[in-house]
Amino acid sequence: MLAKRIIPCLDVKDGRVVKGVNFVNLRDAGDPVELAALYDREGADEIVFLDISASNEGRATMIEVVRQTAGEIAIPFTVGGGISQVEDMKRILRAGADKIGINTAAVLNPELISDGARRFGSQCIVVAVDAKFNPAWGEWEVYTHGGRKATGIKALEWIKEAEARGAGEILLTSMDADGTKDGFDLPLTKAVSAAAGIPVIASGGAGKPDDFYEVFTKGAADAALAATIFHYKEIAVPDLKRDLRARGVEVR
Amino acid sequence: MAIAIVDYGMGNLHSVSKAVERLGYEAIVTGDAETILSSDGVLLPGVGAFGDAMSHLRETKLDAVVTQAAGKGLPLLGICLGMQLLFDSSEEHGRHEGLGLLPGRVERFAGDSGLKVPHMGWNRLEFLQQNHPILKGLTEGHVYFVHSYHVLTGRPGDLLAVTDYGHPVTAIVGHNNVYGMQFHPEKSGELGMALLRNFLELAVRG
Repeated sequence: MLAKRIIPCLDVKDGRVVKGVNFVNLRDAGDPVELAALYDREGADEIVFLDISASNEGRATMIEVVRQTAGEIAIPFTVGGGISQVEDMKRILRAGADKIGINTAAVLNPELISDGARRFGSQCIVVAVDAKFNPAWGEWEVYTHGGRKATGIKALEWIKEAEARGAGEILLTSMDADGTKDGFDLPLTKAVSAAAGIPVIASGGAGKPDDFYEVFTKGAADAALAATIFHYKEIAVPDLKRDLRARGVEVR
Repeated sequence: MAIAIVDYGMGNLHSVSKAVERLGYEAIVTGDAETILSSDGVLLPGVGAFGDAMSHLRETKLDAVVTQAAGKGLPLLGICLGMQLLFDSSEEHGRHEGLGLLPGRVERFAGDSGLKVPHMGWNRLEFLQQNHPILKGLTEGHVYFVHSYHVLTGRPGDLLAVTDYGHPVTAIVGHNNVYGMQFHPEKSGELGMALLRNFLELAVRG
């Protein structure tokens, strides 16, 4: 059986980690390479870098971050943010990333999923979906542009299309749960896990170890992603894994 | 100690080369026959499709070089698709001949047990030959797999470790100086690095 994965996410802008990171034992807490290496040592199963650079220079810096990270860590890592062309994917994968996350660009141009999967293999293509409950529909709607723009697309339908086009994984962020620390969005995660034949990474809302237990058991997620609670040491990866293991969840 | 990482145009060799360097060995990413044959050990990586990989190996004539390296007793480790290439044949998109350095064939996961294909993520190794040099001093744990096809070995004694994915799946094989790992040791945390180190130590001993 596959182990459930714990994935810290680092927001990186112009080569530096943003969202205040609070590690005392790091030489440079703003260095994404050093932080990724620390999470690797702590037993994180994967790392996600979200590049929020707005400039071309910032994106170019990210390539260097990827190259250095690939030399420093011994776990897979994903890079997302602002990737809209197969050539972007190629550059990042060649620099040593294992997977590419695509979000808005995939909604605007679903061919990007098919092209990327054909060229690099499905295992490289992670489709990130920001979803919010639409009461009028009684189900979830896809948002793009960092959650600012409603698309009118039903999340479950979009996820099925992404899979059919060759996505290897779904990184599912609940906009309703994100930032609340009240736990992952279990109904959304469960619905997506049931609809998808590919692994689902749940994101948004993690506040305590029990939230991870719930999303793996009730939400049927394959992996869970969080940012601030790890960065601020509210939850340490080794403690979280010990807790999950004690409760019968298979973790590494 | 120089470890040759065979570059035949299939995928990114940066991570595996860095992993070798982190373990204190010189890593040479190369497609040059002499460099490969004069190294202390050879890594055959690979991602992508079996048929494409074999075509690339043949076009670059590196199939013969890898076979020659194995024949002269150099420690050889195939990783992921690189392990599958060591076997006789694969049924990935038609039937393809492999290098035939180990007896066995490659077939697709049936996918009928409700398990997702590809087999992707961290799965637990079960050691079948704990005293084998590749496994010595190590404790069973999780390593990182990404594959849709798996190896059926033709010689049960070659099987060093398996993992459970609906059925026992070939994870580590070894016969004399020829080894294979289906998972990515360079992406498998401490255990992966320890397995790679054990292989590299075989290269040191020559």
